[in-house]
Amino acid sequence: MKKIEAIVRPSKLDEIKDALGKFGIHGMTVTEVIGCGLQKGKKEVYRGTEYTIDLLPKIKIEIVIRDKWVDEVIRILINTARTGEIGDGKIFVYPVENAVRIRTGESGEAAI
Amino acid sequence: MKTWKLVLFLTLLLLLTLPGMAWAADEPVVDTGDTAFVIISSALVMLMTPGLALFYGGMVRRKNVLSTIMQSFIIIAVISVQWVLIGYTLAFGPDKGHLIGSLSYLGFKGVGMAPNADYAGTVPHQIFAMFQLMFAIITPALITGSIAERMRFPAFLAFTVLWATFIYDPLAHWVWGVNGWIRNLGALDFAGGTVVHISSGVSGLIAALVLGKRRGYGKEPMLPHQLPMTVLGAGILWFGWFGFNAGSALTANGLATNAFVVTNTSAAAAALSWTIAEWLHHGKPTVLGAASGAVAGLVAITPASGFVTPMASVVIGLVGGVICYLGVSVLKSKLGYDDSLDAFGCHGIGGTWGAIATGLFATRAINPLGADGLFYGNPGLMKAQLISILATYAFAAIGTFVILKVVNAFTRIRATADEELTGLDLTMHGEEAYRDLVMSASMTRSTTRERIAGSTSVSAQTP
Repeated sequence: MKKIEAIVRPSKLDEIKDALGKFGIHGMTVTEVIGCGLQKGKKEVYRGTEYTIDLLPKIKIEIVIRDKWVDEVIRILINTARTGEIGDGKIFVYPVENAVRIRTGESGEAAI
Repeated sequence: MKTWKLVLFLTLLLLLTLPGMAWAADEPVVDTGDTAFVIISSALVMLMTPGLALFYGGMVRRKNVLSTIMQSFIIIAVISVQWVLIGYTLAFGPDKGHLIGSLSYLGFKGVGMAPNADYAGTVPHQIFAMFQLMFAIITPALITGSIAERMRFPAFLAFTVLWATFIYDPLAHWVWGVNGWIRNLGALDFAGGTVVHISSGVSGLIAALVLGKRRGYGKEPMLPHQLPMTVLGAGILWFGWFGFNAGSALTANGLATNAFVVTNTSAAAAALSWTIAEWLHHGKPTVLGAASGAVAGLVAITPASGFVTPMASVVIGLVGGVICYLGVSVLKSKLGYDDSLDAFGCHGIGGTWGAIATGLFATRAINPLGADGLFYGNPGLMKAQLISILATYAFAAIGTFVILKVVNAFTRIRATADEELTGLDLTMHGEEAYRDLVMSASMTRSTTRERIAGSTSVSAQTP
């Protein structure tokens, strides 16, 4: 099993969710996050004083899938989340040792 | 025949009014229109202080919004009692040495339903006193903009009572009281440019300097947490200001409507000029700028509102918006003081401009009881205006400094680093304005009690 963690633009969430759903992935954890990377911060002005906001809002999507789906899921994420501009985000892949469904006690791939 | 009957009838009617006319010559008569107008105006001015609470509340960080709102709100309660007990008589009691009112009206004794011809000959004395109360309330509330996010509540309460008694009440007497020395100079202040705005702005600046900067000021951003709240507050202030300025005519007449016109015009002109100045300077016309500009324009027109023409109010507003903008954006950052929400920038600077503008633009064509300003060939008024400005600066600055030092000798005025970090809402009042969804679900009653009891160590208890 692998965990795919994708940091994406907030505006892309619905598109990604739909594309993953078509592929058959319905389980995910979505978190609002803030962070910084290559994208420049935004400028705000309050009573004539400028502030640069370095940490920008992003969406973090976490999904756990079978190993064999990893390449296809990454392809779907890139196709839907990409705009070509700086700030499209990143995808991280982690190995997952085990998964347990709390309701039934099932574990392993059966639980995801 | 018919005409004869009519004449007889009218003559009888006239005779009926004779006793009333005779009585009228002896003492002033309550005018129902004027009384209704001043009652409504008093209520309008009262609403300004909750409006100010929202205006300021939106500009602080989310951990301090309740404490900021509370400072304005509790002042309504504190000063309402102080005014009845002693404040009114110190400000408007019969003059003592041109400096203070005597204690004749202690506890509102003798403040009844008959008019006080010294101040408002056509409305009951009581409603004049209540109208003035609303001004006494909002003035210390304005100061809270300078001390936001770092003053301890007990010290704040003590400061408020002392400031109202030893600064506001005497100053109101000097400027508005019959035989007050500034009034005798001939200085004009229709609705409180010096008494309300300069005094609160300067006191705020001194309080900000005595308290020191908020921790992290200049290093970390301290941004407004809820600007829609601030804009709503500015709207309520603008609305209430009609009572403040037009109501200061104390009669429902043409002078009141002229004050209404110039008040609205100046607010609008200043909202435009502040917004445009910021637009040119930083590239965006901000909403906070529009709201702040409106307030700056309202401040600037306040002393002039009973003496100037609508065209003069356009100039007063346009200039007021720009100089207040420069005050908060350039002056404040150059000098480096932490006037958190710009009480000095808007009220001190705007009030000073308004007092000067009154000396320039006042005309007896608007108010025969006023005076002509410099632009109408009378430089004498400007001299009186400048003396009244300097006296207010000196008195408010020294008085505020002394009061803060005295209060600090009894109870610490500045919040600790821990209290400031956690936020004054939780550490001073044991409440939070906005609760995190997940966190609130895990809170039980006993932990609430622990939180309140150990208010300063709250951050350590949070899981």
